[in-house]
Amino acid sequence: MKSNLKVFLKGIIDVSPLMIPVVPFGLIFGVLAIDVGFTPIETMAMSLIIFGGASQIVLLQLFSGGASSLVIISSVGAVNSRHLLYGAVVSEHLSDLKLIWKIIISYFLIDQAFAISNEYLKNNKDHNRYFHLVGGGATCWVIWQSTTFLGIILGAAIPEKLGLSFAVPLTFLALLVNDFRKFVNVIVIIISGLVATFGYNYIPFKAYVIVAALAGLFTAMILTRENKKA
Amino acid sequence: MSNWALILYCGLITYLTRFSMIALIKKEMFNDRIREILSFVPSAIFPAIIFPAIFINDIGLIEIDDNPKILAAIIAMFIGIFSRSIIATIFSGLASYWFLIFVV
Repeated sequence: MKSNLKVFLKGIIDVSPLMIPVVPFGLIFGVLAIDVGFTPIETMAMSLIIFGGASQIVLLQLFSGGASSLVIISSVGAVNSRHLLYGAVVSEHLSDLKLIWKIIISYFLIDQAFAISNEYLKNNKDHNRYFHLVGGGATCWVIWQSTTFLGIILGAAIPEKLGLSFAVPLTFLALLVNDFRKFVNVIVIIISGLVATFGYNYIPFKAYVIVAALAGLFTAMILTRENKKA
Repeated sequence: MSNWALILYCGLITYLTRFSMIALIKKEMFNDRIREILSFVPSAIFPAIIFPAIFINDIGLIEIDDNPKILAAIIAMFIGIFSRSIIATIFSGLASYWFLIFVV
């Protein structure tokens, strides 16, 4: 069995490629938050307390549009509902842990750390394998806080024309590269994407993320059942 | 509601969605069928973030014509499929996007 530190470092190394697009994302968040009227301290607190790019960007979008607090909070909840599914996936590997570790790991259960550690946890049965998730999450935490800080300082100096927000969908696209080779996954990807795009304006409370995800999972259920019969 | 209360509540709901499933689910609840379905979670969720970010414009409408993000994303996808590299996927997408908006 590898030492805790080694597994922690492996998590850092594995998640590193995913940190590249987090840099522009964090910068953009810092710049945007100041732009819509949050103070620098409030902006920093958002990254420390919420620690979730999608949640924070949704908060800013709705806040600048003058949405009520209740709508903003429920929208953040809806966008975050995907974490329920992440938790269900990784909890299988974490069920033997003490409560204190579950409390700590929950804070680090973000998209990038989930994507990387899910692979590691599946292929590794060591008792200390969860240190991989902590390593990945901690790396992302450091990058997210420092780029938020830089974004606050840089302010409007970053040209909007660069379209750096495009790095966000590219990051998620990159996380699916292996799934594009599998037929059922491709169908699931298309169904989810279409539901999200066409439901964007019609599904209330920004719940299009979870509605699309459930449509995708339902599709996967049907397709994999048919496969077995054949 | 003050900005601080708003931030705290958004942080709380974000944390609770992450914590609830880790704390409430037990290993025994997973059989092979559930595992198989859960393996599709990334394929089911990430497109819900990817597609609107590419196809929906700043004012919330679907934009197909004159949208360089579509071609850039397709190029990134093919680079990703053949290279299996996360970094190559992201950079080919950004590079194509900049080429399309600044050069073409």
